[in-house]
Amino acid sequence: MKQSSNKFRHLVWPLVSLALLLLFNAIFTDNFFKVEIKKMDSAQESVRDQIPEIPDELPGTAVEAAAKAEAEIQAPAEQPTAAQVPAEQAPAQKSKGVSIFGYYLYGTPIDILNQGAKVMVLAIGMTLVIATGGIDISVGAVMAIAGAIAALLISMLDAGSFPGASMGPAFYWIIPVIAALILATLAGFWNGMLVAGFGIQPMVATLVLMVAGRGVAQLITDGQIITFTNPGLVFLCNGHALFLPFSVWIVVAMYVVFGLLTRKTAFGLFIESVGNNERASRYAGIEARRIKWLTYVICGFCAGVAGLLAASNIKCADSNNAGLNLELDAILATVIGGTSMAGGRFFLSGSLVGAILIQTLTTTMYMKNVSPAIVAVPKAMVVIIVCLLQSPVFRAKVLSIFASKAAKGGVQ
Amino acid sequence: MDLLQTKSVEKQFLGVKALKGVDFSVKAGEIHALMGENGAGKSTLIKIITGVYPASAGSVYFNGKECKFRSPLDAEHAGISTVYQEVNLLPDLSVAENICIGREPRTKLGFISKKQRKVQARKALARLDIDINVGENLSSYSIAIQQLVAIARALDVDCKLLILDEPTSSLDENEVKELFKVMKKLREEGMAIIFITHFLDQVYEVSDRITILRDGQLVGSYDAKDLPRIEMVAKMIGKTPEEINQMQAGIVKNTKFGDVVYEAKGIGRVGTVSPVDVSVRAGEQLGLAGLLGSGRSEIAQIIFGVDPHDSGTMTMCGNSVNFNSPQKAVKAKVALIAEDRKVTGIIPDLTIRENIILALQASNGIWKTMSLKQQEEMADKYIKLLRIKTPSGEQLIKHLSGGNQQKVLIARWLATNPRLLILDEPTRGIDVGAKAEIESLTQELCGEGMAVIFISSELEEVVRDCDRVIVLRDRKKVGEVAGEDISLKNIMKLIAG
Repeated sequence: MKQSSNKFRHLVWPLVSLALLLLFNAIFTDNFFKVEIKKMDSAQESVRDQIPEIPDELPGTAVEAAAKAEAEIQAPAEQPTAAQVPAEQAPAQKSKGVSIFGYYLYGTPIDILNQGAKVMVLAIGMTLVIATGGIDISVGAVMAIAGAIAALLISMLDAGSFPGASMGPAFYWIIPVIAALILATLAGFWNGMLVAGFGIQPMVATLVLMVAGRGVAQLITDGQIITFTNPGLVFLCNGHALFLPFSVWIVVAMYVVFGLLTRKTAFGLFIESVGNNERASRYAGIEARRIKWLTYVICGFCAGVAGLLAASNIKCADSNNAGLNLELDAILATVIGGTSMAGGRFFLSGSLVGAILIQTLTTTMYMKNVSPAIVAVPKAMVVIIVCLLQSPVFRAKVLSIFASKAAKGGVQ
Repeated sequence: MDLLQTKSVEKQFLGVKALKGVDFSVKAGEIHALMGENGAGKSTLIKIITGVYPASAGSVYFNGKECKFRSPLDAEHAGISTVYQEVNLLPDLSVAENICIGREPRTKLGFISKKQRKVQARKALARLDIDINVGENLSSYSIAIQQLVAIARALDVDCKLLILDEPTSSLDENEVKELFKVMKKLREEGMAIIFITHFLDQVYEVSDRITILRDGQLVGSYDAKDLPRIEMVAKMIGKTPEEINQMQAGIVKNTKFGDVVYEAKGIGRVGTVSPVDVSVRAGEQLGLAGLLGSGRSEIAQIIFGVDPHDSGTMTMCGNSVNFNSPQKAVKAKVALIAEDRKVTGIIPDLTIRENIILALQASNGIWKTMSLKQQEEMADKYIKLLRIKTPSGEQLIKHLSGGNQQKVLIARWLATNPRLLILDEPTRGIDVGAKAEIESLTQELCGEGMAVIFISSELEEVVRDCDRVIVLRDRKKVGEVAGEDISLKNIMKLIAG
């Protein structure tokens, strides 16, 4: 009992902060929690070839309207009931097509998860790097590189000038995805080499790629913004599966994979050990350099995934703006999640909560019509509050103020 | 009139009572030794006096007034200075900068006066009869000088009470004598000194009074001349003098040796150690003796692959090996419990369990992971076997006392089932009881056929425990004694040359 409460203690304050923010929205933002069930339109459906097609004669707008009117269901999702009625009436013969795959949830909370997916993915890699006592400030630029190579390759495939084009657009999008991930992982390898191999300070070592990375991305795209329409690529951040945006499932998959990798093997223990006392870890026989190196490689891979999501989201590769400043959000999410910048203990789940918190904050700002020019100020204020809440010193001070007031009240 | 007085001071850490109502007092112009085993509460008491922790209950009086220092700086302003076991100075700054940091002399314009700073630093050092170039980086001086610089810094403020926490643990004999001279001089000036040490001889050499703590409680305060040594030890560990004599007599050397486990021919490293031959047989305990800096620890580092050798060859159980990294040595079942526990030993924020399984897991690699249950079983086994004082294996190791941390490190390496165990100063900074336990444990391990290399600056220990002793001077082997020839006198003769 005591152990399990310790296990989740790090999550308490990030979750309290998130709950407070959600409470604020519940009171002051209309329809913040409204989640609707919508039917997928055929464009999305077509890329999921294993799912039966929705008949064309069914007008998407009518379904949407019906769904809006009839089904305002709070998350988490229930089996759609009322919304199915109008849909089933029209194409009765295709009723088996109206499976749970045909519907998705729509609303602000879902939007937050979708938009926050990038930072969540980045935060997973960042957490591991920070746990070794390092930092990777190049992830934003690596995202741009990944997006650029993916967009370039998909445009070449679309034009038929790259091997594999014969697979057809429903399949060949996997080529740019793999290429982008490989390139991003190589970028992580480079960072790891500088930090672990040559002993350069992490901030300086990753600064190299932070500055140069966007230039590399520009080189890849020849300075152009490459747009694409390939349904497969677009699906990554715009498609839905099992009620939720596909990007959310990517996050879940990454969390499960890296959660298992770090907690079900000794990798997590070694990371914490190296981050806490590198020299003693070496004396204990841990290959500290290799462990550190590996975390940078993972961080690069995560940046690649985030880069693909970013490009998919806006259907183009913009080398100047893709992932801009996201390294800071990822670091912030990690720290909010309870992982110390000094290295040592790390909490992947905490980092995810931190990333959701940051995205909720951003979305709230937009919904409250805060001008983008000054959005950083209220955001900074909330971040300060969250950090203060996490500080035991601050909590003790506040508690002692309350305690002394209570004591005075008692005397009176 | 007592300069410092604590009245029923208590301190609680997360459910553990570290101090249970301690009354303690120090007079001006006395050297007062604070004694106790690891975990007895000495450090906690000092930290409460100097404002590092607030007391959970009780009060501290200094100069007749009740004080609640909120930080060490607060205490320093009031006239209490502390010099800790580890030198808490900045190695890359000059000596003068270190002495004056935080209270630099200013010019009229408010800038730091570098000239004045050097003068002030020289003056502070002159009080301790030290004459060194204060413009040099601190790191270019020996640990002993650094320790004296730390004391000079502590005295530079208007200090009435000086607390020395294990100041002698990294000093050699002459340096200790120098330090004692300084302490006696300060006593004559009317300063009160609290002196914490594990070296029993030293206590009697300088102390006027002795206060003994055990398990967070006050055992008593005594005049040094009225307290025989064996009685002091008895009070510290809560046993009768007869029981202690038995403990020390209980250490029996193992005499059955097997085959050669490790043999090195002419291993050395340029600038570290001149080529030397080292060999240990199974069941044998080989001592490396010499003064601090004579190359004893360096040989251990070379064997373990931390600082790889650049000459010579090594064999392990007859097979040629080349330990150029600790990983290789660990895989070949060599274990090193290195000298500086805090820097090269413990992983402070990990639990005792994780610290214990770390080396075994490291040699298993990432994928051959031990289940939580296996880890807990292993941790519990060694906590029991080595009598590690902790409520559970889930406690963070940094909350343990020094001796118990050392036991965890021994557990870490025993868990790897080593063929060769190298112990570099395993008994430094730990108490008499734990020392005897560790010594008899290594004998037991030898009896089971382990080869042990034992490094200690306490020659009595080397004489008591080792079957063969390599003596080093100035990073060179100067001799070897074995069997009956191992005596304090012979080793000293070799060291002196």
